[in-house]
Amino acid sequence: MVTLTINGREIQVPPGTTILEACKMNGIEIPTLCHDEDLRLAGSCRMCIVEAKGRPLLVASCVTPAEQGMEIETESPAVVEARKVILELLLARHKLECHTCEKNGDCRLQDYCYKYGVKDSRFAEGGSPKYPITDPNPFIERDYEKCIMCTRCVRACEEITVARAINVQGRGHNAKIATVFDGNLADSPCVFCGQCVMVCPVGALSSKVSAGIGRPSDIDKRVLTTCTYCGTGCTLELNVKNNRVVGVSSNRDEEWSPVNKGALCVKGRFGWDFVNSPERLTAPLIKDNGEFREASWDEALDYIAEKLANIKTAYGPDAFAFFSSARATNEENYLAQKFTRAVMGTNNIDHCARL
Amino acid sequence: MTNSIAELEKDADCIFLIGTNTTENHPVIGMKIKKNVLYNKAKLIVADPRNIDLADYADVYMQHKPGTDVALLNGMMNVIINENLMDREFIENNTEGYEEMKQVVEKYTPEYASQITGVPAEDIIKAARLYAKADAASLCYAMGLTQHSTGTDNVKSCCNLAMLTGNIGRPGTGVNPLRGQNNVQGACDMGALPVVFTAYQKVIDEAPRSKFEAAWGVKLPDKNGLTLTAAINKAHEGEIKALYVMGENPMVSDPDLAHVEEALQNLEFLVVQDIFLTETAKFADVVLPAASFAEKEGTFTNTERRVQRVRKAVDPPGQAREDWKIIGDLASRMGYPMKYSSSEEIFEEIRQLTPSYAGMNYKRLEGRGLVWPCPAEDHPGTPYLHKDGKFTRGKGLFSPVEFIAPAENPDEEYPLILTTGRSLYHYHTGTMTRRSAALDKHVPENWVEISPVLAEKLKIADGERVKLATRRGSIELKALVTDGIAENVVFTLFHFAEAAANTLTNADALDPVAGIPEYKVCAARLEKII
Repeated sequence: MVTLTINGREIQVPPGTTILEACKMNGIEIPTLCHDEDLRLAGSCRMCIVEAKGRPLLVASCVTPAEQGMEIETESPAVVEARKVILELLLARHKLECHTCEKNGDCRLQDYCYKYGVKDSRFAEGGSPKYPITDPNPFIERDYEKCIMCTRCVRACEEITVARAINVQGRGHNAKIATVFDGNLADSPCVFCGQCVMVCPVGALSSKVSAGIGRPSDIDKRVLTTCTYCGTGCTLELNVKNNRVVGVSSNRDEEWSPVNKGALCVKGRFGWDFVNSPERLTAPLIKDNGEFREASWDEALDYIAEKLANIKTAYGPDAFAFFSSARATNEENYLAQKFTRAVMGTNNIDHCARL
Repeated sequence: MTNSIAELEKDADCIFLIGTNTTENHPVIGMKIKKNVLYNKAKLIVADPRNIDLADYADVYMQHKPGTDVALLNGMMNVIINENLMDREFIENNTEGYEEMKQVVEKYTPEYASQITGVPAEDIIKAARLYAKADAASLCYAMGLTQHSTGTDNVKSCCNLAMLTGNIGRPGTGVNPLRGQNNVQGACDMGALPVVFTAYQKVIDEAPRSKFEAAWGVKLPDKNGLTLTAAINKAHEGEIKALYVMGENPMVSDPDLAHVEEALQNLEFLVVQDIFLTETAKFADVVLPAASFAEKEGTFTNTERRVQRVRKAVDPPGQAREDWKIIGDLASRMGYPMKYSSSEEIFEEIRQLTPSYAGMNYKRLEGRGLVWPCPAEDHPGTPYLHKDGKFTRGKGLFSPVEFIAPAENPDEEYPLILTTGRSLYHYHTGTMTRRSAALDKHVPENWVEISPVLAEKLKIADGERVKLATRRGSIELKALVTDGIAENVVFTLFHFAEAAANTLTNADALDPVAGIPEYKVCAARLEKII
């Protein structure tokens, strides 16, 4: 084990542990922007710098291994001053429109600027590159005037989805995230899984499906559930505002998202708004003379009960069949077969397992 | 799946995909496979009539003719046996029927298999060696393998291959069907099948039937029921008089839609319970409004047998209700009280009657869920089956399987092979995805994929509207010219009611055991619209 001191506390960690991990294991919070536990290290944003006694420069804690006898300060005056400057540098090219930003309430840049009292940037004078929002795809809003070049989206695309649709284009002040030839996502290998939106620490990437209806600061709750589409069984969070689903977010804790660790596909992340469709059925319907009319539950269920009982009496139980659903829950499928067998007296029950 | 999803990312050092377009139909599993191949250097074998995304990552890609899976798999086994690459110890200790299987496989030399499948013999040899020499080879398949008149044979061949090489019962191995719907595994586990109660306890067996009779307090029928496809046929013939459809859409999903429509019209009484007025619901006498997944509590069981919680986020719209409440209410009105106060109460009843779920309860399902079999409350669940080569029936049984051609083959009038499937952007009959604005905007209409050679021959341009016809009917849709498909094969999606692939498919070609329709092969003709 390696013994080091962090903020005056003696801590032991296994060899190879980074200073950032050592802090995390011991409940010491370090601000990070480019760091993501599931992605390879970039060490580029420098937000996680700490002071290591005896070293001439501040070190990036995410890429620096803890060493025997190290003495680390995580919020010393020098560290705080440096972080403020870094935030100012980032703000120099970050379009400040927090009041209309889809990420308001869940933006790390906003949080850290708030924490360190950084209101504006001394470095904004030369202006920032202009990147109009032009990608017409219906899923992902790409506002690169808010991008802080942390490259988490690039790494997520490469390492989680393995689509490799985007990368860094250009150098320095003019560096930008782009597809090959800087085109639209639809013309790239992008599969619109939105893993890039999941990892973006700011408002550069956001969901167009949730735009204007559910920014993080307005959400009442995030309900952890299982996706309704294919059989993979991905865990996702339904974002709810005023008893309405307004978006989907990821839970990236493997203990709660055991299959997908937050990763989703385009249907899981962007295909939830059917729930709110005005075409949803909202009342029982009975067909009279070829036309549907609304009915009460009592009327509809009594009618069905009578018809099914009559058919059973007239033709026997095997004149009835039930098609259950691979979209319904286990509990509902159990009741469907119980109803078919115990109430109707037939084994004519099946579902679309074959289709 | 015999094994778990995570093993495809970490433990398998060879993955064989046959009849699964994983990155489109199980995208998150597809991501894990890609990761394993690119970053851990796992070997990848892909067999598919279409040059799917994952074929680009494969060490061997075999573009076999639709419906020739048995010949391909037998060809691989022939190589493995002749080159002595099989796992003799596993065969000896854990299986039976090897000699009979070997006899059948003998004539499927790579050259013979190549003649049937159209796959070069050297690719069959290469694939066989890769799979057999791997430390842990995982075989995954989906509907591309099963939706054939020989679907059961195809699956048996996969099992033969896995047992022959001892690729079962260890992490990273297994025979892994990737199931296409969120709770298709659970619906089967729960006995929503005509021949079994929960956990595959047979309705014709006295012991389980007595158990359920005692638990439910009623005498139960002792003969097998009808499969979905058979029930439609019986409705057509007038023997089925009443049908209750809960969350299914046979008017888009079933083969030969004209036939389905006649069957539904022929019913005396049709109830449809759904979240939308589906194509099927339009034929109903009564339509009941149900709650969506976001509006209820419960559990789903995924393709790796993991039972996970579904949690209510919002109230159902208007008077819509959870399916379990509706069925319970109806049963009670019919003189059989089913009064449950919660889905959890139903789950408690399920686990009493379902050995593989016996150790589960809602509290234990929080977080990671549990993978069945989980027979007791102190049991951790079972991420992979057949540990140490121990099978449910004792020894694993090899099945001698001969290649049988698909039911309907191309001829002069219908010279092409039509195969159907899904797009990444839509799900099944489109009831949900076509009402999800972004998905429907991105992929608003159906298409038929055709090879450049066929396009040239028929003078069809990319994007041009064409007529696709079979003996059952025809649809008009856009042509998509792609070099990912063989010259005499065309592919279309089945999500779109207005250009429904199942207008074209064959309701008469069913697997004799499973009753699954042959969606992946029928004879078709493509016409330019003048």
